[in-house]
Parts: sequence; structure tokens; C-alpha cells
Amino acid sequence: MKKVVPLPSLRAHGDTDWSQLLASMAKTGDRALFVQIFQHYAPLLKSYMLRLGVLESVVEELVQESMLTIWRKAGSFDPARAEAGAWIYTLARNKAIDWMRKQKYPTCSLDGYEEDTQDSDHEPGELHLIRHKMKTAINELPPEQAQVIYMSYFEGRAHAEIAAKLGIPLGSVKARIRLASAKLRNFWEGE
Amino acid sequence: MTTIRHHLDDATLVSYTSGALTNSMALVVACHLSVCGECRKRCGEMEVLGGEMLERLQPVDLSDAALQNLLDALDGEEASEPTPKAPSPPPADVPAPLWPYIDKPLDELAWKSLAPGFAYVDLPCQGTGASKLLRIAPGKSVLPHTHTGNELTMVLRGSFVDEVGRFASGDIADIDDAIEHQPLVDSPETCICLIATDGPLRFTSLLGRIVQPLTGF
Repeated sequence: MKKVVPLPSLRAHGDTDWSQLLASMAKTGDRALFVQIFQHYAPLLKSYMLRLGVLESVVEELVQESMLTIWRKAGSFDPARAEAGAWIYTLARNKAIDWMRKQKYPTCSLDGYEEDTQDSDHEPGELHLIRHKMKTAINELPPEQAQVIYMSYFEGRAHAEIAAKLGIPLGSVKARIRLASAKLRNFWEGE
Repeated sequence: MTTIRHHLDDATLVSYTSGALTNSMALVVACHLSVCGECRKRCGEMEVLGGEMLERLQPVDLSDAALQNLLDALDGEEASEPTPKAPSPPPADVPAPLWPYIDKPLDELAWKSLAPGFAYVDLPCQGTGASKLLRIAPGKSVLPHTHTGNELTMVLRGSFVDEVGRFASGDIADIDDAIEHQPLVDSPETCICLIATDGPLRFTSLLGRIVQPLTGF
């Protein structure tokens, strides 16, 4: 009855501080740093966009657009308040969805509007710590919970789709995601 | 800034950050995030999760020319231009993400009457599902109902109470089919909500439920 979708094999990845690298690139305009970011992220973005459903024929164009946006907007990236992986991920997600839906994915940080984000957002550097702990935390999730997280992020699947694919009720999908979120949060708040 | 008492469900935030929500649902989430530091904080953490997920994908090589094409494109580009143009800020009761969809203060919108005390404005969201602004007069109530799918409601003005609690400006009702509720507008002023559903038919049935008690007048 229950189907288990095999998890993708996990790649080991290094400890390059992409946030500092991105900030340096913005400050110096050094193309060698851009090439470094491209070589690491462009193949990952291509892989991600293909999984989301971007057509093979346009995926390279969207990856290149994303890389160009990274170059252009790096000046607004604040390494104290943001984390490079998350920043690049959301940028690419929006690029892919905007193309697939022909309408902008609504986000709260619209260009030009600076909402008051001072009161309860993260402390400077906090997201980097979370990122650091996240690597281990994900590996600690029970397979059933990891699976719904992977299906959400790797494939952009809605809860109902995940439920249909796994043959479990919608409520169970939500419950697993809630449990996984709580576990991850405990992990980085716990120490 | 008012205190937010009702927040987004973690499951909804994962769907939002992973790009799985319909644009109509994502609009309500983004509007709540724009006023709720607590949810924004959790959302930021889930984006970090997204970044970590990205690292775990098997990379797919780009064509040989891709990097050179990009570097050529950088010629003539200033590195890291600051963000251009600041559009006119929205009125205080319009969350920034909603502003491009209406571009007018709430009181100047072309409200369509649904029944005495009820009016709505359609928002142009692509894809399945729908999002609307709903304006309900004080003392009016929606028929008791459950949710067959996902519905998100954010209060922009006024307030309502139901079995879950009291929802005021900035609060979000993120409830699923487990709950039956009967919202009643308890503010002296008109209540304006931003509502989204993720299925095409569900909103129609919600509006049907609202109108039902009134057709008897």
C-alpha cells in the first residue's frame, strides 16, 4: 500500500563560504569569483529546474538568466542577514516558476519595497549557523519525513500530489512535513 | 504594528518555499509574511533548507559555450547595480505583495456585490485556484462550513471570530478540512479579507455558502 520513493543519492559538498564569496564579488566585481559561483551553482540550478519541469530547450537560458541576476543583484545581498545558498535557491525558484506560469510567484521581498524586517528576523550570522547545522539535521530525519521534504523541494510537488504519489492521505503528508519541520527546528535551536 | 495571533502552518510554509503553492495561495502567504516577522523568520529557515537541498542534487552540466556566453554578456554590465526605482508605497492596510495586483486603495476598488453586506473583487492570479478580496459588513456571518481543500484567509481590515478564535488585521486563517467553522464579523467596521483556494471549484462553493442564508430574505 505504502510506496517508498527512493531518496536521491546524497552528494558530499564542501565548506566553501559562498556568502562571503558572493559579497566579495559584489564589492570587487571580480569575474574570477563569478566563474567560481557559476561552476558550482549553474549545474545545480540546471538539475533543479529540470526537476521542477522546465523544458530542456529553455533550461540553459533560464540558468544563464539566473546567473546574470546573481551578478546584477549581488550588491543587495547582505551576508550578515542572508545566506548565499538560500538566496540563490529562491532566485532560481522564482525564475523557473515565473517562466512556467507566465506570472511572477508572489514573494514578500518585492524589489523596491523594503518592509520593516528588523524586529523579529534573524540575528546577524544566524542563518549561516542554521545552514551549517542543517546539513546534519536533514540526515537525522526518519526516511518517511525526509521523503516528503525531498519531494517538496526537489520536485516542487504540492501536498495533494505527494499524497497521490505515495498513496497516503493528504493529512498524513501535512503531518509528516510538520513533524520534519519541528525536528529540524529543534535541531538548530537545541544547542 | 498590530500583534499577529494566527500564523502560517509549517506545511504551508514548506509548500510556499518549495514553489509548490499556486500563485493564488502564494499571494496570501506573501502578504502575511510581509507583516509577520515570526513567519518570515521560519520562512527564511525553510529557504536555507531549500539551499541545502539544492546542494544535494546531482549536477547537470551546461553546454560548453554557456559560461563564455555569460561572460560576454557581462561586458557592458556594471557589477552589482543597486536596485532601481522605488514604486509608490502601498496604503497601510494593503500588504506590499498585494499592491501590484490592485494598484488602488481598498476603498477605491470596483467591488462587486454578492448579496447585501457581501462584496468581492477578483484578483488576476494565473493557474488553478482563485484569490479574491472579500468585504463583509459588521454582524454578518458565513454559514458553518468545512474545507474540502486548502483555503487561506488573511484579514486586512476589521476582524472576525469563529470556533478557532478571533482574527484581526494581519492574522491568517490557515485551516484544513479537519475544522468546521462559522466566521462572524465582530468589528464595528467592515471586514476586508484576502482569500485564496487551491482548487478551481472550491471558491465558487465558498461564495455559494456565503450567499445561501441571504437568499432567504
